[in-house]
Amino acid sequence: MTRTTNEAEAHGRSVWAGVWQSDLCIDFRANRLVLVATLLLAILLTASLLAPWVAPTDPFDAMSLDVMHSNLPPAWQQGGSTEFLLGTDDQGRDMLSAVLYGLRTSIVISALGVLLAAAIGISLGIVAGYFGGFVDTLIMRTADVQLSFPAILIALLVDGILHSMLPALKRDDSAAMVIVISIGLSFWVQYARTVRSSTMVEKKKDYVSAARLFALPSRTIMVRHILPNVMSPVLVILTINFGLAIITEATLSYLGVGLPPMRPSLGTLIRIGQEYLFSGEWWIVAFPGFALAILVLTLNLLGDWLRDALNPKLR
Amino acid sequence: MIALVVRRLLQSLVVMLVVTLIAFIMFRYAGDPVNQMVGVETTEAERQALRESLGLDQPTLVQFVRYVGRVASLNFGVSFQFRRPVMELLAERLPATLELALVAAMLSLVSGILLGVYCALNPRGRISAALQAVSLVGVSLPTFLIGILLIYVFSVALGWLPSFGRSGLVPVTKHWSTGLLTLQGWKSLLLPAVTLGLFQMTLIMRLVRSEMLEVLRADFIRFGVARGLPQRRIYFRHALKNTLVPVITVVGLQLGSIIAFSIITETVFQWPGMGLLFLQSVQNVDVPIMSTYLLLIAFMFVMINMVVDLLYNAVDPRLKGSSRV
Repeated sequence: MTRTTNEAEAHGRSVWAGVWQSDLCIDFRANRLVLVATLLLAILLTASLLAPWVAPTDPFDAMSLDVMHSNLPPAWQQGGSTEFLLGTDDQGRDMLSAVLYGLRTSIVISALGVLLAAAIGISLGIVAGYFGGFVDTLIMRTADVQLSFPAILIALLVDGILHSMLPALKRDDSAAMVIVISIGLSFWVQYARTVRSSTMVEKKKDYVSAARLFALPSRTIMVRHILPNVMSPVLVILTINFGLAIITEATLSYLGVGLPPMRPSLGTLIRIGQEYLFSGEWWIVAFPGFALAILVLTLNLLGDWLRDALNPKLR
Repeated sequence: MIALVVRRLLQSLVVMLVVTLIAFIMFRYAGDPVNQMVGVETTEAERQALRESLGLDQPTLVQFVRYVGRVASLNFGVSFQFRRPVMELLAERLPATLELALVAAMLSLVSGILLGVYCALNPRGRISAALQAVSLVGVSLPTFLIGILLIYVFSVALGWLPSFGRSGLVPVTKHWSTGLLTLQGWKSLLLPAVTLGLFQMTLIMRLVRSEMLEVLRADFIRFGVARGLPQRRIYFRHALKNTLVPVITVVGLQLGSIIAFSIITETVFQWPGMGLLFLQSVQNVDVPIMSTYLLLIAFMFVMINMVVDLLYNAVDPRLKGSSRV
């Protein structure tokens, strides 16, 4: 049994090593656009994750805000100050810091949402593929039905239902959790479908029969034996879904049913900033919007490229 | 075919029942309905009496069956915030959403097909490459960002078009006033419709392009060229006709997603449709409106999917006899 696991691991490793040394890396170096996208994405990710140390000010520390500095334009415009490179909003918050912290919130929440979606999808997919029969029909029919609705609609409805279930006072505190669950419940289908089909292939192989002969519990077979062998397509879906999750989170927050203004994500910042568009303070909405656009574009470029390079079958 | 229709109908019915169950759970367990209806001075005995008169003391199953009965007779309750029947509120907002969705769908269909054909006929042209690149960006960016960008360019910077709301309305019937009859109405409709239709347009453009490129390689096109038929006739008569079958299916399915995405567009432009009403109800936890909207949207999607499926089966003879739907 341990040998099978080791072999499976060794197999997995050799595939990764082979891919890494050959096509993937060469393709990566040859593709300028992907290279630039990766660089930009890396800058955004590092800057946002290190926001508490990189950002000039802490935008949520009410003590540091000064109304005297409110609505300053970016540094290169007349009236701007080098102290606030990207200008300030109506409360004197430094936009650069707000964008960095907003990026961080968006990225963390979306990543958690995608991981939850993957966890739900993978477990349901393995169970459906392994047991078959009624369980399989139930899970996959649910998946079919859900797939006929757009993900953003499912997320909105789940968000609304969770909102209505929570008492009014707790809504702001649990907003992040509500979004993570909404994203998790709206993106699991793709994982379940992929994992189910690979599980159905894997369970007919000799190593699973061997494990069954040992009378191992189904749980052990599914988690220790089948799971490692169905994971590689999941990684591709994870990358592509991350971009979609960012859009979903931003949309929910923009619509005002996501993160509250006290802990804004990029979507919340854009919603607040839109009100100032008409009075000429374009920078309050432009920089969060720009950051969101770059983040989503680079993620999409990278995801598309990874999909084509890693798994020609998914094309 | 009849067996297929029956099975498809049964499936849709099951889906609607499940959605109704979710709506019922929201309705029943999101806060105490009695507390929403009475004032502070109501005594416990009066509350209990009200509870009994509403049937809230009955077993859950009985309540659910009665809820299904109410839904089937289109009685969706009274909104908490507006104190008016939900049905009335939704009916008021329906024309705005339908106008927006239809104009957006037409816009995306016409421009998507035209641009797709252009790209297929000039696959190596510079404009085609530019269109492809723009469509990639258009697919990636969130809808609301595109909407805000359009507002900034056309309303704030250029001042050509209004940035929010619906205007230039002309009453047609008692419940239906349309903005499609005045220039002002079209002006305020243009930006939301473009925002809503852009995503579908890029989708249709890419689909038409790839389908058309494939059709142009087919033998009957070569034969047409060999016969010396005029180019215009080959392209628009023979090639386009064969391209459009899959396009129609996709457009049918996209109709539902246009209605779903109208929630976002209506918020960006403060367009007074059903989507905006739903969003306000989520923010204010107005459960009757939320659950009704849920039922309505689910009904629309189930109907659209069913019709598209059946049409597809009727149109494509290859699918006949296959048991899977």
